[in-house]
Amino acid sequence: MSGITKRFGSALVLNNVQFDVRSGEVHVLAGENGAGKSTLVKILAGVHTDFEGQIKINGREARPRTTLEASALGIAVIHQELSLIGPMSVADNIFLDRMPTRAGFVQDKLQAEQAVACIRQLGLDIDVREPVERFPIAVQQLIEIAKALSQNAKVIIMDEPTSALNAPEAERLFALIRSLKERGCGIVYISHKMEEIERIADRITVLRDGEWIGTTPASELPVTRLIEWMVGRKIEEFATRNAPPLGAERLRLENFCVFPGGRNPVVQNVSLSVRAGEILGLGGLQGSGASELFVGLFGGYGRATRGATYLDGKQVRFTAPREAIEAGVAFLTNDRKATGLVLSLSITANVALAALPALSPGGWLRPSREHAAAVNATAPMRLRAASLDMEVNALSGGNQQKVAIAKWLQIEPKVLLLDEPTRGIDIAAKREIYQMINEWTARGVAVLLITSEMPELLALSDRIMVMHRGCLTAEFSRANATPEAVLSAAMGSSAVPPSGNQASSRKSPIL
Amino acid sequence: MKTITHNRIAPDPAAPSNSSEPSSKSSRLRRFAASPAGRAFAALLLVMIVGVIFNADGAFFKIGTHRDALRQASVYGILACGLTLVIISGGIDLAVGSMLALVAVACAKMAIQYGWSAWLVVPICLILGASCGGVAGFVTARLQVQPFIATLAMMVFARGLAKYASGGMKVSTAVRNPDGTYRYVNVPPLFHFVDNRILGDNVSVVTIIFLLCILVAWLFTAKHRWGRYLYAIGGNEEASRLSGVPVVGAKMFAYVLSGAFAAVAGICQAAQEQQGDPEAGAGYELIGIAMVVIGGTSLMGGRGGIGLTLLGVLTIGYLDKILSINAVPEAGRLMMTGVIIVIAVLTQRRSR
Repeated sequence: MSGITKRFGSALVLNNVQFDVRSGEVHVLAGENGAGKSTLVKILAGVHTDFEGQIKINGREARPRTTLEASALGIAVIHQELSLIGPMSVADNIFLDRMPTRAGFVQDKLQAEQAVACIRQLGLDIDVREPVERFPIAVQQLIEIAKALSQNAKVIIMDEPTSALNAPEAERLFALIRSLKERGCGIVYISHKMEEIERIADRITVLRDGEWIGTTPASELPVTRLIEWMVGRKIEEFATRNAPPLGAERLRLENFCVFPGGRNPVVQNVSLSVRAGEILGLGGLQGSGASELFVGLFGGYGRATRGATYLDGKQVRFTAPREAIEAGVAFLTNDRKATGLVLSLSITANVALAALPALSPGGWLRPSREHAAAVNATAPMRLRAASLDMEVNALSGGNQQKVAIAKWLQIEPKVLLLDEPTRGIDIAAKREIYQMINEWTARGVAVLLITSEMPELLALSDRIMVMHRGCLTAEFSRANATPEAVLSAAMGSSAVPPSGNQASSRKSPIL
Repeated sequence: MKTITHNRIAPDPAAPSNSSEPSSKSSRLRRFAASPAGRAFAALLLVMIVGVIFNADGAFFKIGTHRDALRQASVYGILACGLTLVIISGGIDLAVGSMLALVAVACAKMAIQYGWSAWLVVPICLILGASCGGVAGFVTARLQVQPFIATLAMMVFARGLAKYASGGMKVSTAVRNPDGTYRYVNVPPLFHFVDNRILGDNVSVVTIIFLLCILVAWLFTAKHRWGRYLYAIGGNEEASRLSGVPVVGAKMFAYVLSGAFAAVAGICQAAQEQQGDPEAGAGYELIGIAMVVIGGTSLMGGRGGIGLTLLGVLTIGYLDKILSINAVPEAGRLMMTGVIIVIAVLTQRRSR
């Protein structure tokens, strides 16, 4: 792949990126969240078709327009979230797009035989008639690899394949990767875990902010240099922090655990404290549990939390978001479309939603009050909208984010949980949001901030705590936080708990 | 993710031409025509034009025709009021037809056979309907059974209860004596009152009741906090929950009201038939849903309104009446209605 450029709207997510895979090698694609790794993979897999640049496969130019075309070209992707169909059998899944038929009828027996042959190659011995969902994630992943092999895949892309595996399962996967290499497959491997990269990489390509930083044999790129490549950019000066004098302690968590759906804990024994006017940054990579900590604290998982929460010194326990809101906690979720806004409602209605009981005394709506509230909240934000009565759906991402923020200002929060407040919005809007965050802390609001953008985290946070696999692994003051130190703590390379700790980092159902 | 600064002067590309500059009359009209209300209105207008053309030798211009069209649409329309609330919240209520039958039987039994006062019968009927709706709402909102399944179960259950309560027979003014003979009792005043016409014989009381139901449903959907909650839940349940919306309570509220409206429809049905038929209302839920959808309320939830439902009720009601005064047999009427539903929904589809 060469000269790959891809835009989403006005946002440039890949700029003239080059990438190549040789047969029989593991080529690690590294970079921070949002560096453009997934986008590159999706272009290769035929998901994104509107890009600039060239793809050559075995020297011949190709341009996969659909995932089907990509797999015909020998490209297979093993996604983070597996793309198998749970209730269908193993055999049906493997041959989903090309089942053996006679006169249109599926030949189950033949298909089963072929499926067995297929999975035996991977040293797997399971009943191919069983539904896929009955098997553990690790086996499902192997089934997906078997499917890829049965399609004669030449290039297998693995996107964080070990994120849901325990240590022995990961070992098996690495063994399999070695044997795939011997067969001449090229593996593109995306991972956030340093020790994995060190172990299996033959070559490494680093992307940063959609730019190609470099490609080099793994032996020539020690971990420290790799991290430098990944984060090595100057902190953009627009993210400024005017720290106000700190007030009293606002929020304290003691041994906070979250286990959504009664499953394995995704947050374990987190203890932290935030003071009025302070911004506590929570660093961590995907699956760190930081978002789940917010949801759990906010009551979004109901009673599936343990530990003590103190708000302004008083012990509280939120089992529903309503309770948290009434106590003065606001939570800006990391996905405004899925969990932040009601896109079909007007700007005014969205802004009023969290504070509706106060804005509609006696139960009857007061349009004038809602309108006034929306005007007040959005006026300092330079919201670009034709009218406050238009559906939020029609706004751009940055403006939608401002609406989501305006909603939480209505409840006059004491504690603000910000999960990726600037995700996917343009620089001008980002700058405005940074300024707003500064203003809130000046008014005594305590802010907990999750951001996957390292410069943002470093520039805004008064203090940084880093999470890895559900546990706090490090704490930095503003003075001694460096990108390298934060990133290596987030990757668990100096992890305190041993890797036997199996905090499941699968996507929880809520976010 | 790297981003590029928008040109600050350029208008937001995502917020196109509907800027609120004082617009001329024609553009305001065009905007109305493109809105769901405009489209629902256009559908109704089209049906009326068909009525004017095929006026069955002037029958369409007689006031009695309109009175009857409205009267015949009223029971369905009352069901559609409750259905609108449920559908806005992203749910569906298949049980309204059965709840209508259950209430009709209960109402006939109390009013005819026991001779109870209307002041007692009507509240009991409303509570009965609301409780049935509340149970279905509890199953779907709290126990998180899909609304289709939960209300399907209530639909079957309520029908069974109606048959049990009536002994499988119509509850009429012919009351069976212990010795096997029948005696006839008077039609209760409640039934006379409901099955009456007022304003110089020009408007049926059931139509007035329907309009009152529209008013009540409008107050809740457009003017009350809980109505806003329903729109929010229908638009994005998870975002609503995380914004502190009492999701379970609000959903149950919609089903309770739907049951209560079904009870009102059941009383009207019993009064018009002067009996309580346990088989009544079969399939009414589908006509009610069709009315809501033709009005332009989205089955996906979050968008729509009671005014649209009023237009939908009138559209189907008048379509049926126009076909019947032109002596189109029932078979043809049903087929036509099916075609109209598809056309209406296609024109309602948001072009996005």
